[in-house]
Amino acid sequence: MMMSTPKKILFYILLVISAFLVFFPVMYAFMISFMSGGEILQGKFFPESIHFDNYVKVFDRLPLMNYLINSFVVSFGVMLGQLVVCSLAAYAFVFIPFKGRDFIFFLFISTMMIPWEATMIPNFFTIQKLDWMNTYQGLTVPFFALAFGTFLLRQHFKTIPKELHEAAEVAGLGKFAFFWRVILPVSKTSLVTLGAYGFLTTWNMYLWPLLVTSTDQVRTVQIGLKQLQSQEVATEWGVVMAGVIVVIIPTLLLLFAGQRQLQKGLTQGALK
Amino acid sequence: MKKVELIGVSKSYDKKTEVISDITVSIEPGEFFVLVGPSGCGKSTMLRMIAGLEEITGGVLKIGDVESNWLPPSKRDISMVFQNYALYPHLTVEENIVFGLHVKKVPKPERKKRCEDVAEMLGLTPYLKRKPRELSGGQRQRVALARAIVNQAPICLMDEPLSNLDAKLRAHMRSEIRQIQRRLGITMIYVTHDQVEAMTMGDRIMILHDGKIQQIGQPIDIYNNPANPFVATFIGSPPMNIGEGKVGSAKNEIVFSEEAKIAVPEKDWPLLKSDTIIIGVRPEHLKAATKETKAEDKVYVKTTNVEVLGNETIFSFDMGGREWMAKWTGQWRIDVGDMVPIVINYDSLCLFDSETEKIIKTPSDIENHVFDKEVFI
Ligand SMILES: Nc1ncnc2c1ncn2[C@@H]1O[C@H](COP(=O)(O)OP(=O)(O)OP(=O)(O)O)[C@@H](O)[C@H]1O
Ligand SMILES: [Mg+2]
Repeated sequence: MMMSTPKKILFYILLVISAFLVFFPVMYAFMISFMSGGEILQGKFFPESIHFDNYVKVFDRLPLMNYLINSFVVSFGVMLGQLVVCSLAAYAFVFIPFKGRDFIFFLFISTMMIPWEATMIPNFFTIQKLDWMNTYQGLTVPFFALAFGTFLLRQHFKTIPKELHEAAEVAGLGKFAFFWRVILPVSKTSLVTLGAYGFLTTWNMYLWPLLVTSTDQVRTVQIGLKQLQSQEVATEWGVVMAGVIVVIIPTLLLLFAGQRQLQKGLTQGALK
Repeated sequence: MKKVELIGVSKSYDKKTEVISDITVSIEPGEFFVLVGPSGCGKSTMLRMIAGLEEITGGVLKIGDVESNWLPPSKRDISMVFQNYALYPHLTVEENIVFGLHVKKVPKPERKKRCEDVAEMLGLTPYLKRKPRELSGGQRQRVALARAIVNQAPICLMDEPLSNLDAKLRAHMRSEIRQIQRRLGITMIYVTHDQVEAMTMGDRIMILHDGKIQQIGQPIDIYNNPANPFVATFIGSPPMNIGEGKVGSAKNEIVFSEEAKIAVPEKDWPLLKSDTIIIGVRPEHLKAATKETKAEDKVYVKTTNVEVLGNETIFSFDMGGREWMAKWTGQWRIDVGDMVPIVINYDSLCLFDSETEKIIKTPSDIENHVFDKEVFI
């Protein structure tokens, strides 16, 4: 896009302002995590000196490392589960003709309109009956079937020329081999997108882990943060913010890693 | 080597209109069979039915004497070149070529050797490590060809495999494909809409139009003896001139304009049963009138376009409302608008029945263009 210089300057100013607005809370949290209690109450923005007391405290007070590992296992598990289930479902919806396929697909998609919270109670009973409380499978399995993910992958699979499927058929490639050796490599971009999405939403999940965990054993990091707040009469915000920053870091790392992959995938472009 | 037989095969996508109707043909083992016809006539559809990618809605398909209507593509012993290449975008050229061999569990050294051979043959050696998106259209097409050839399947189906190549490369590939096919004894079914490819490569040609067989035969036979005006105009370049002729009241001459009348010899009078008749004459059979030509045989035509192609001259003119062309050897200094005297010889005419469009007379003076080997000393 070609723009004249004044226009460009205006654009950049606007962009900087909005970036600042969006990023301000995180910046502020970052600053607070270095402050002592007194400084926070004075309402300063920049800490007087950088010291890591709050970070030491947060690791002391909570089994934060433990929580981080739990969060990681759960998020990673959900991500893998979603990728497997959604890609297989999308494959069936695109490449295997069967009666009522479109109808079933739309039925499947229409579940996107039911908010997750509405299914929470039945899911909770199921997990309870299965005796999966306080287990990783209780935290992950309910999220494997994701209508949105199936939809996303189906749309991508549909752009794969049908001749590719036919060429594989002529070559004698089986259904699963075709899925594994052609479809998945060709759809890397969408898989990465879906993976990042699945990981992040699970990482930030709060309500469900709160429901199905009652011990520290498999509890995730978001619950941990909440615990920090309510444990004492007067919340030590510095400590809470230190925790928040620790929790954000993996998310950011993943975003950076994912973005590189994404860009690569997008610029690779045309299928032919 | 395997035989492919179609018996009354038809195809309909919507259960109402047939895009392929009643195709009966037997393709011999090791034969190079060319399917030719204008765009949309059903060539790809027919090929895909043989490959098993499209359901056959009527008739029987036999491959190697086994009824194969419901056999999956992988069980039909075929390899195929798709009209739009269908290369795997995430694999390199080399991996694309050996993909099928990999699936068939051919040992690795053999895979590599075959891949190198075929890449050498098709001029792909420098590109083996590239991805398909880094190739030009013609190079991709050659990769698609290589992928089919390397399989050495007994039956090979090709859907316009040379459409994206330049003229020189195309000529080279034509002979390359032909040689490979002969050497390996592949039964080849080759789709094209290019009549030059059809004429030069095919052992036999089948001409399709609107999903119906127009004619099956050897290229030269079809050229000399086209079954109907469609075939006559489709095969040969420039196409055969076609015109409506009226049969004179005495049933002994054909009139197709004020100045052009052709006397019919007595032995052919029985052919002229109806009032009108379709005549056809190849551009190279229209001769220049000479001093000896009798005045009543000369036809003066006004040229509308002249093309000099090195050693031959093609000019067009109007005849009874249609554009006709004549092709003469040599460089003729004719300008647009000149009146040129030509001769239409009765012996070189094709006559088609005006109702059934079937041929009723073939050119009989073509012997001066057919040379046997005895000519060589
Ligand atoms: N999937 C389909 N559904 C309905 N009609 C189809 C389908 N595929 C092809 N057709 C129709 O069948 C006819 C034959 O198509 P086909 O692709 O065989 O033509 P073709 O001879 O290969 O043409 P071209 O030389 O342009 O490749 C066309 O009229 C086309 O519109
Ligand atoms: Mg076609």
